[in-house]
Amino acid sequence: MFYLVDFSVIKPDLGLIFWTTLIFILFWVLIGKFAFKPIAEALRKREGDIQSALDEAAKARAEMQNLNAENERLLAEARTERAKMLKEATDTKAEIVNEAKDKAREEAKKMIENAKVEIDNQKNAAIVEVKNKVGAMALEIAEKVLKKELQGDNAQVGYVNQLVDEIKLN
Amino acid sequence: MQRFYRTLSGMEIKRLFTLVLLLAATLSFGQDHDHADHEGHDHGTHEEETHDDNGHAGGHHDVCTFHHEVTPENFSAQQIAFHHIADANVYSIGPLQLPLPAILWSKDGGLDFFLSSKFDFETLGHGTGYNAHNRYILDGGSIKRITDPSFPDGTVRLDGLKHKHETTDKGKDKEVTYVCYNGNEYRTDAESTLDAGMFGGGITSFHDFSITKNVTAMIIVFLFMLWVFLKVAKAYKTREGKAPKGLQGFIEPIFLFMREEVLEPFLGDKSDRYLPFIMSLFFFILSLNLFGQIPFFGGANVTGSLSVTLVLAVLAFLVTNLSGKKDYWQHIFWMPGVPAWVKTILTPVEFLGMFIKPITLTLRLFANITAGHIVVIIFVSLIFIFGNVGTSPVGAYGGAVGSTVLTMFMMAIELLVAFIQAFVFAILTTSYIGAAVEEHHH
Repeated sequence: MFYLVDFSVIKPDLGLIFWTTLIFILFWVLIGKFAFKPIAEALRKREGDIQSALDEAAKARAEMQNLNAENERLLAEARTERAKMLKEATDTKAEIVNEAKDKAREEAKKMIENAKVEIDNQKNAAIVEVKNKVGAMALEIAEKVLKKELQGDNAQVGYVNQLVDEIKLN
Repeated sequence: MQRFYRTLSGMEIKRLFTLVLLLAATLSFGQDHDHADHEGHDHGTHEEETHDDNGHAGGHHDVCTFHHEVTPENFSAQQIAFHHIADANVYSIGPLQLPLPAILWSKDGGLDFFLSSKFDFETLGHGTGYNAHNRYILDGGSIKRITDPSFPDGTVRLDGLKHKHETTDKGKDKEVTYVCYNGNEYRTDAESTLDAGMFGGGITSFHDFSITKNVTAMIIVFLFMLWVFLKVAKAYKTREGKAPKGLQGFIEPIFLFMREEVLEPFLGDKSDRYLPFIMSLFFFILSLNLFGQIPFFGGANVTGSLSVTLVLAVLAFLVTNLSGKKDYWQHIFWMPGVPAWVKTILTPVEFLGMFIKPITLTLRLFANITAGHIVVIIFVSLIFIFGNVGTSPVGAYGGAVGSTVLTMFMMAIELLVAFIQAFVFAILTTSYIGAAVEEHHH
């Protein structure tokens, strides 16, 4: 014979009931008061902290987005400004070049005109000189002809021809 | 949530079904054992003739002894299971038996307080003491008391113990331990139980308030949980504003789950008031469920003892009904909005429901955990069943392989059950309290 088939766990035992009540109430009071309550409070507080941190992050993100848009706008503005400035610079450059060209052209024109006047003057002077020379030569020729006339006719005609040739050569 | 409950109740039914099957199976084992016992009687009678030199009247088939040889004939997995799930006055870790404080009270003997080592049991044995102390004896780990007042007080060396089948006046078959001393046999009483004879117990000559194996397990678990939770609570103070770490990180999700899935849906803004109670229930049951499953650590079947689950359910009942608002009582005794003749049916049903709720709480946890322990023990016993208690090594090896696989599977399920049952107990209690504190607006 071994042990009896005794399903003893189903029989309520006063001693076990007493100790279970005592230990469970101790568990409830001690752990409840010194652990469950503070843990629940700490968790609630942390939940609040996390929520506010999340809210703040969302706010910061929104602000960041605004800032980004602002930056974007500034950048676009700067870009158009730059384009405008570049265009202006190009225009100014063209203007300056054209002005310079015009000036140069005018200067050149003036110089050419001056040169023409000079040339004219020189030409006139030269013509006057030629006239004077021709006059003098004619006088000289006339003098010489007269002198020859005085020597013979033939000789005079020949001479005149000779003189005329001389003039051509001149 | 609704679907979750349905699955839960489905599991419950399965668990209870398993328990019923098991009880049926173990009972049939017991019958086999009885038959086997009859065959072995001839042998026993011979022994009695040679050893029973004290010369008392025959008719007892057992021999006065402290050791019981386990044979293929008397081996009963059911007995082993029932013995192992039972509470004991020694803390047994496998074959190792450690003494525990015994606190006993009897009408004629008064209060007795001593260590169970007074019974002089073997450290590696079955927890049967060689001594009687103030008429108390230790039989298979549990304390019994010699009823005869003429038995000497103080520490007395015994000759042996005998176990006899008797039928109680309520018709229950029970086994009574007799003490052999000085040529006489003395009847012993088991400790008092509050089942009023329903399960073969009842009030006897003494009450056992000892720090038993279950009480020891509860104290260990209580101290461990106290340490764990004080550490965690401290971590929330010292590490404020930091992410949870270590133990804190392990406890926090469970704690939050219980608060957000159990307390808040039923109690709403009142949940903080009942949080310590519900959390205590949950963690107390969970830690004891798990503690009972640690192999080679005693395997104390605390939450599988009706006494323990009864206390928890009674406390749940008290908390529920003491916080009951006007609406709650009105719903029980005079349900508004239904015709008077329906009220005559509804009121008794609601009134009974008040008590059925804690009774189901008691039985559910008790049955689930006890069933788990029994199944594991039966699976381990397969080794001895197939091995024919050591006479068939081949069968034993085969049984060991099968038993290991089955036991591992069962323990994995039991791990789940430990959580589920703690959760179910907590959520049902919360729902009862929730119904009690709810304020209706009609």
